[in-house]
Order: sequence, then structure tokens, then C-alpha cells
Amino acid sequence: MKKKNTVLLSTPYGLWILGFTVIPLLMILYYGLTGRDGALTFENIVLIATEENLKALWLSIRLSLLSTLLCLVIAYPLAMILRNTKFQSNRFMVMLFIMPMWMNSLLRIIAWQNILERKGVLNTLLELLHLPALNIINTPAAIVLGMVYDFLPFMILPLYNTLVKIDENVINAAHDLGANNFYTFTKIIFPLSIPGVISGITMVFVPSLTTFVISDILGGSKVLLIGNIIEQQFQKLNNWHSGSGLSLVLMIFVLISMALVGKYDKGERSAGVW
Amino acid sequence: MIDNKLIELVNITKRYGGSTVIDDLNLYIRENEFLTLLGPSGCGKTTTLRIIGGFESPDEGKVLFDGKDITKLPPNERQLNTVFQKYALFTHMTIADNIAFGLKIKKKSKQYIKDKIKYALKLVNLDGYENRMPDSLSGGQQQRIAIARAIVNEPKVLLLDEPLGALDLKLRQDMQYELIRLKNELGITFVYVTHDQEEALTMSDTIMVMNQGYIQQIGSPEDIYNEPENAFVADFIGESNILSATMVKDRLVNILGVNFICVDEGFGQDTPVDVVIRPEDIDLVDPKDGYLTGRVTSLIFKGVHYEMEVMAGGFEWLVHSTDMAPVGTEVGIRVDPFDIQIMHKPASEDEAAPVQEPESW
Repeated sequence: MKKKNTVLLSTPYGLWILGFTVIPLLMILYYGLTGRDGALTFENIVLIATEENLKALWLSIRLSLLSTLLCLVIAYPLAMILRNTKFQSNRFMVMLFIMPMWMNSLLRIIAWQNILERKGVLNTLLELLHLPALNIINTPAAIVLGMVYDFLPFMILPLYNTLVKIDENVINAAHDLGANNFYTFTKIIFPLSIPGVISGITMVFVPSLTTFVISDILGGSKVLLIGNIIEQQFQKLNNWHSGSGLSLVLMIFVLISMALVGKYDKGERSAGVW
Repeated sequence: MIDNKLIELVNITKRYGGSTVIDDLNLYIRENEFLTLLGPSGCGKTTTLRIIGGFESPDEGKVLFDGKDITKLPPNERQLNTVFQKYALFTHMTIADNIAFGLKIKKKSKQYIKDKIKYALKLVNLDGYENRMPDSLSGGQQQRIAIARAIVNEPKVLLLDEPLGALDLKLRQDMQYELIRLKNELGITFVYVTHDQEEALTMSDTIMVMNQGYIQQIGSPEDIYNEPENAFVADFIGESNILSATMVKDRLVNILGVNFICVDEGFGQDTPVDVVIRPEDIDLVDPKDGYLTGRVTSLIFKGVHYEMEVMAGGFEWLVHSTDMAPVGTEVGIRVDPFDIQIMHKPASEDEAAPVQEPESW
């Protein structure tokens, strides 16, 4: 009876996975590995090797790594501060940092476009202060800025969640045994926060690597990321086969990066948002 | 016991927000003493321990260690170690690494650390656990590791913050004996925090009873139990009958309108006092031989003894006895003079026995 109930309850989820994960994946696999004539081919995969595409992939990887690193550097001290402040408003503070997530992502990026434009908010302000204009719109710098702004909450949340779960007395115990603050951080706090670091890295790196909206809006059409190339294949060239093939390649990169990161997680506890 | 004051707290006051947790506390701890800070939750005992450990700094007052002022010294520079309530083991390290943590900071040699780990694990009866992870150990084992991790550093004082609080009764009793054995073998000073009066009576050389941030009484377990200084201590330690009475003159007290001979002096004449009489010190006798007569209203078998309630003189007496008298029996109450403990009336709220919540409306 109990087993029957479990099966019944899990059916919708099974259908969900089938309809929205398995079938789309198979479709991408099918399109990626076939040509327009329907015959099996590796053409679409090999397409990544063209100079333009390799450049875009390499740039995507570098920008994603940079934005992930920046998010980590910004979020870790913040998560530590939030952990250490015993305010009652602690949760509220976290919420304030997370709140931009509630706004439409596209809207936020367009806002940045308005700020960074040549005659945008930032440069108007700089002009008022008689400072030189800052022209970073349509450069990789603007894209990294957009990525960091957009994905920072995904780093803060898992970091804060793991850090806040570390028992105060564990830290007290380290001090008690003679450890100074630095030693306590490197030997106790940071190792215990690794699950959160890994969650955060994954949650920032993967969307950064695959984004095309941020690079489209903040990069103009001057900076092409691999996401933009794939988008072009589908939208502009209407070529589902090459788009799917490039997507497969990107998925492999995501899988590799997750495996690399996961190696440092002993898998003892899952943390954060995952 | 050497009468050397190892730790001294001088005029310690600690406030959180608006409320005073510890008010002008003075205390000294002698070398090699087993001192227990005992009291209900929120009485300031843990805060006192944390001030000694350096995890809290007092708003006023000084902490002296071996005569030196260590009030401002951070925990990592104090010559004492703490065993925390919920073990606080480093879950990402093996047992060996946990124990070695303090020794590595002190830059001890590899061989020294290895020997120490072996010695400490043997001491807490967990030989061979070096490569286990803390999560794979039971609560009692984890607490032993926490103790091992602290004592390998050879502290002069070991602070223990309700270390047995999370363990079940049987294990707690076993660990009490373990701790006494450890203390005797190591010859270090123990400062122990608990709310469990039985634990305090079993293990301590000295008990300090606290309530609402004030010390209520400091003394040996026998003193605390037999001669409580106020109603709070009497009520908190063991079971007791606490009655309002009048000290007629030296060695004579009037309880419920009847004069009892006692051994206390110096309370003056016709002074209102509190009297504590332990349930096991009441003798139930033939009604014609009793100072007071009454009727048994309840009888419960407790294993070691019977617990009876006797209504006599308008007061419900709690009586423990190996002899039983069925409910409804007419009995006389007698108390030997030295079993009557006279106390001053509470001068403040913290000295009073907590008001019993009514059981039903």
C-alpha cells in the first residue's frame, strides 16, 4: 500500500523529468548529431573548432571564471560579516542582498546598459563631477560587471547558509586550543564552508558560461560569447543542428567544470541551495 | 589540597543589553579543586565559565590567573582549555587531527604528538580511534574525544560547560565516574558547569550555587545539602520541606505553632526565619509521640524508599522513608534537632525558592 502511494506520488515528477529533461536532452542530442538531411554527422560538434567559435568559447570561459572569482571575493567577506553579526535583522540583511533576484533579470541588465552607456547615468554623473568619462559599455568589462551583479546572490546565499550553520563553539574550541583568528579561518572556518563555496561557484559559473542576454545587452554585438553564437544559430540562422551541436559541446564543458569543482567536495554534506 | 588560589574573579559584572546576568561576583578557585557552578538555566553559570575561558569579557571586574590579570587576554593565550556542551569537534578532521589541533599550534614534534594522541585516547578508553571521523562516533564517544582534545594540551584548568548534558542517564552516570578518575589521574583543576544537582553533589569538591546572577552559597557538597543558607539553595538541591517559622530563642524554633528544639544559634529572639527539613529526616511515629500529628494523604513507592505526603499542622509534609504508612493513617511527626536547618528569610528574590506553578486551574 505504502509503496503504491509512493509510486503514485512520484508519477507527476517522473513525467516532469521525462517531458522537460529527458526528451529535450534527447532532442538536442538528435539535432546535434544529425545534419539537415537527417543523416548522422559530427559536423555540428566539430563546428566548435572554427576560429570564431573557439574564440567565443575561450572568452566565455575566461569571463565566467573571472566573474565567479569576483563573486566569491565579494560574497565571502559579506557572508562572514552577516554570520558574525548577531543582529535580529540578520535574515533581513541577507534578504536585502538577495532581493534583486526578485526583479526581472532582463530589466536589471537593461538598467546597467542605461547606466554604462556613453551618455548614460554613470557618465553624466562623472561629467558633473568633472571626471573623465568611463567607456566600458560593449566591452568584456561590462559583461563581467553584469554577470557579477546578476549572479552575486547565488554566491551569497549558499555561502551564508553554510557559514551560519558552523557552530559558534567549534570556532570557540579552535581559539580555546590556541588558534589565532587567521589559523582558525584557514583550518576550521574555510574547510567547513567548502560545500557552500562549491555550490556558489557552480551556481555562478554555469549561468555565466551559458548566458547570452548579458553579453547581448552589455556587450553590444561587439563581444560574442559562446551563448551568443548558439543563440545566433537558432534565431538568426535557424540552424537547429549546429546550435544543438554547440550546446552539446558547452554541456560537456559544464560537466567537466562541475566534476573538477566537485573533486574538492568530499560529498559529506550538501549545502546551500542545492 | 593545596590552598593556592589559581583563578580569582574579582567584582565581575556582566550585562547583556539592559539585563545584568552577573552582578558583582567574587570567586576563587584553588589549585586541583573540582569546582562546580550549579544553578538553573539563566543563572549566570555559563557566562561565568565563558568569562574564565575568555569567550566573554566582563563589563566590570578582573579575572586573575596565578595572580596575573588575564581579563583582556584572548582565549588562545590562556592556559586553560574548555570542553563544550555539544562537543564542538572539528567534523572535517579525523579524531587524531582533532586531538593534535592544539599541539600542532604549539609546534610540538611529530613523535610527541603521536605519543600524546595515543596516551589521550587510552585515557578516555578509545584506543585505536585515531583515523575515525567524529560523525561516526556516538555522543558519549564524541564527548570523550572532546575531553582528550582538551587535556593533551596539559592545561592548568579544564573548563567543562555542561559536558554531559546531551547524554542519556546511564551514560551520564558512567561519565561522572570517568571524569572524577580523570581529574585524579591528571591532577588538574576542573571548573564544571551544570544544572544537575545530583551531578554536582557526586563529583565536586566545592559547589557554587548561583541564581539570577548572584552566588547563593559556596561550600562542600555536604554543606550545601545539609546546611543550605537560603530557601533557594534548599529548594534547588534535593527535595525539601521549606516552612516559615519563628526563632523563639537560640536553639528553639516555633514551626506551625509547635516548639522544636534545634541546634542553630545567633538568629535573635522571635525572629521570622525559614526552616528546611529534608524529607528523609522526618520520622513518622505513633501519633502520641509526635510533635505534630497528621494524616498520610499520598503514598508512592520509589524503589529505594517510599514517598509520602502527610498533612499536619496545615502543611503538606514530604516524607521519605523505608517504612510505609498507608493513605489515611494517623501519624506523628518528629524531627531530630540537628536535622532542622534554620535560614534567614530571603533578602531578595534570587534567594527565595521559586514559586511553584499551580498544577491545575
